[in-house]
Amino acid sequence: MEYGFTTAAYVVAAILFIQSLGGLSGQESAKRAVWYGIVGMALAVLATLYGPASGRWGLSLVLVALGGAIGWVVAQRVKMTEMPQLVAAMHSLVGLAAVFIGFNAQIEMARVAAMQAASDTAALEALVGFAAKVAEKASAEISVLKIEIFLGVFIGAVTFTGSVVAYGKLAGKLTTAATKLPGGHMLNAGAALLSAILLVLYFQGAGSWTLIAMTLLAFFIGYHLIMGIGGADMPVVVSMLNSYSGWAAAAIGFSLSNDLLIVVGALVGSSGAILSYIMCKAMNRSFISVILGGFGGPSGAQMAVEGEQIAIDADGVAAALNDADSIIIIPGYGMAVAQAQQSVSELTRKLRATGKTVRFAIHPVAGRLPGHMNVLLAEARVPYDIVMEMDEINDDFPDTDVAIVIGSNDIVNPAAQEDPNSPIAGMPVLECWKAKQVFVSKRGQGTGYSGIENPLFYKENTRMFYGDAKASIDSLLPMID
Amino acid sequence: MKIGAPKEIYPGENRVAMTPDSALALQKLGHDCVIEAGAGAASGFEDSAYADAGVEVVKTAAALFKAADVIVKVREPNEAEIKRLNAGKTLISFFWPGQNEALLNAARDSGASVIAMDMVPRISRAQKMDALSSMANIAGYRAVIEAGNNFGRFFTGQVTAAGKVPPARVLIVGAGVAGLAAIGTATSLGAITMAFDVRPEVAEQIESMGAEFVYLDFEDAQDGAATGGYAAPSSPEFREKQLEKFRELAPDVDIVITTALIPGRPAPKLWTEDMVKMMKRGSVIVDLAAERGGNCDLTVADEKIVTDNGVTIVGYTDFPSRMGTQASTLYANNIRHMLADLTPGKDGVINHNMEDDVIRGATVAHAGEITFPPPPPKVKAIAAVKRDKLRELTPEEKRAAEVTAFKAQTRQQFTLLGVGGGLLLLAGLFAPASFMANFIVFVLACYVGFQVIWSVSHSLHTPLMAVTNAISSIIILGALLQIGSGSWLVMILAALSVFMAGINIFGGFMVTRRMLAMFQKS
Repeated sequence: MEYGFTTAAYVVAAILFIQSLGGLSGQESAKRAVWYGIVGMALAVLATLYGPASGRWGLSLVLVALGGAIGWVVAQRVKMTEMPQLVAAMHSLVGLAAVFIGFNAQIEMARVAAMQAASDTAALEALVGFAAKVAEKASAEISVLKIEIFLGVFIGAVTFTGSVVAYGKLAGKLTTAATKLPGGHMLNAGAALLSAILLVLYFQGAGSWTLIAMTLLAFFIGYHLIMGIGGADMPVVVSMLNSYSGWAAAAIGFSLSNDLLIVVGALVGSSGAILSYIMCKAMNRSFISVILGGFGGPSGAQMAVEGEQIAIDADGVAAALNDADSIIIIPGYGMAVAQAQQSVSELTRKLRATGKTVRFAIHPVAGRLPGHMNVLLAEARVPYDIVMEMDEINDDFPDTDVAIVIGSNDIVNPAAQEDPNSPIAGMPVLECWKAKQVFVSKRGQGTGYSGIENPLFYKENTRMFYGDAKASIDSLLPMID
Repeated sequence: MKIGAPKEIYPGENRVAMTPDSALALQKLGHDCVIEAGAGAASGFEDSAYADAGVEVVKTAAALFKAADVIVKVREPNEAEIKRLNAGKTLISFFWPGQNEALLNAARDSGASVIAMDMVPRISRAQKMDALSSMANIAGYRAVIEAGNNFGRFFTGQVTAAGKVPPARVLIVGAGVAGLAAIGTATSLGAITMAFDVRPEVAEQIESMGAEFVYLDFEDAQDGAATGGYAAPSSPEFREKQLEKFRELAPDVDIVITTALIPGRPAPKLWTEDMVKMMKRGSVIVDLAAERGGNCDLTVADEKIVTDNGVTIVGYTDFPSRMGTQASTLYANNIRHMLADLTPGKDGVINHNMEDDVIRGATVAHAGEITFPPPPPKVKAIAAVKRDKLRELTPEEKRAAEVTAFKAQTRQQFTLLGVGGGLLLLAGLFAPASFMANFIVFVLACYVGFQVIWSVSHSLHTPLMAVTNAISSIIILGALLQIGSGSWLVMILAALSVFMAGINIFGGFMVTRRMLAMFQKS
């Protein structure tokens, strides 16, 4: 079929993809945007199947349908609290696909080279698809192609194992603590250096084994890199892997000279990069320090926390809520773990029915995925116009009667502002302690994910509402009138 | 150690430095207590009450000074009392070392240790022994009572069968401890209370007590945190503005209570003669600063005068003493806390620890040396309040700032574009044309991506990740291009890739749709 038609379809698809990302700027337009993405994808796949360079399209369709059915079922069944691990798992698929496609390119290249060496013109003539394109390439182009393949496989492999590890951590199948093998980052650096040497060897025509060796090294880097990052940094990790999967697609696009792959890969890559940047900024940490894993050591003695945690029971909380006019709820990962979002939503509905102002304050890194809390609250039918970002609501705490902290810790830690020696010093936090009264729903005493003592719990206007978040909130419901 | 409280010899002083209750507490610290006969009588504590509390009652001051190791007093000692001190003794009382140099020298010569209750540093740990605050609290309360005593009307407004009574309007100048206590008393009596202070940060405290803060719009406002919570002298311009405000208020207020003091200086004149003239007949001024010259021009210390236009000016200097029982109870407790700090072992042994901020700050003479003024405390009195001054920029400054920002931005963009373009050109020199064509597409797509993603709403970041995940399975195109290959290995790998990407496409888009469908407006 004509080459021009496929290219035209690609252009339309690319524009649709851009529209689909741009549409996410608002909740209403987002509902339309996802259709742009779907149509774009359908167009791209059909145009490729219809295009000049494909074969076995029957098999392709069957496989797509099969995979699609699995994806469909998984997407229908997944709980919103499991969203982080689903996203991580899907990233690993893209990574692995990139590795396979990179290998294929290498195999084809070797095949073509062998034919060319044997001057087997008949065989060369008979080539279709990608192989035919390779056959036309000049030697300089082949060199560039090699680098592209190498990079694509490398990024894809890192994405694959990294995502698998991230999935394991998010799903609780692996320890969420930052663990490193002895040697730490030197191992990663060594593996990366070795990969670079392999690149040189591969470039000089050392053959397929270099590519395979490098893939194994990249697998290791991905595994070790993500193992070394603690659970609290997962939002950054997931968006980082998102970015990687995009760059892998772009690199593959280069090796296959497919503009649509390049465009979409670049879009996804930059999207993930920006998300990582936003997450890092929300934690006041540099990207490098997140990647290198774990919190940096404190620069001095942390401030000792004075006072004691004062517990309160459901009656007390309910009485305070009944008296309050304005309430701000600060959900965190603990709410997701306890599956308390429905109860929180019900509480919100009851409080709002009595004419109180109820709002939600969402910290950018609350939860394990960028925007995780928004999705959970949306699932529980909390209207999105009362769900506020940190910057929108932080100034309102002094005028707030009651702030309820549900399963969040570091994002409401006043030490970030008060203690210059705290590991999270300078991180923007929700200033809930400025509210007249703060209730903290928490499983028990003890520090949060990062292991940092939280002076909020010891403040005079803070009361600790111990217990499982869902049970605690449920016990409040009958007492609200 | 033996703690002894002599009878105050200052005329009209009713207070006493030890009460039966505080004596009991002192005995728990391991001390013995002794008191001069009749010392507590003026504040309502009989000798028998002391005796019941286990306090030894001695007949004369001379005997007391001889018996006691630690002398606790209210007023600063006079010369006769100082002469009775010697090297082994400690005196704890108000001392005013800044104003009483001769007395301080005499104390040094005696060799005794002198702890001045008025020099206790203002840090949280020392609040329990801050006698100035406890006395000021009483003075503030009493000032309102005295004012009411001399004021011919109700404080609270009433509508009665016999007619309507307007509420009294009270202005309180200086919102220190005394001022705040006065505000509390006046508002609880029902008066409309206004308060003024040069330190804008006390506005919140004033409002929390139920008074209205008289706001003075002046740029160079004081930061009380820098001066240990006390007011500092203000600039002439500020003073002018302040007096102007007072002149505006004078005709309307019925009662003025002035409490403005600056440590170590005469009281600032804030209520001038012309303001007094402007006030209504029957109005009352209570000047709590009378001892230091008074805030009002016409104040006569220790006296109550009535001006020609019928304004009563109360210049008493002994407000705490007028409430002897209450004042003695609080002061004796302050003294007790000071002694508790001095006997850390609770074993009746005084440990005069000059390393301790509080003890060091309050000690004005020790071991034959004058130790006044003390070094600044290691702990800051009040945490420095960080205030972002939202100063209005002038239009010129604004424009200048905009121009600089624009220039900086331009420079940054030019550098970025220059470096980026240079690298691109460099790559173009070496790379083959087909690569460059792809590369340009790549760079443009990155650029578009960066532009588009910044506008994505924060709450939609999870859907964004899901949708980018779905469209990153565009990698399926690569697999589709290869699946037709003649090599079986290639075909199998490509088929696997197609399969995985298929999962991703459907899964990603489905899950995004599910999420987006959940977002709803209230």
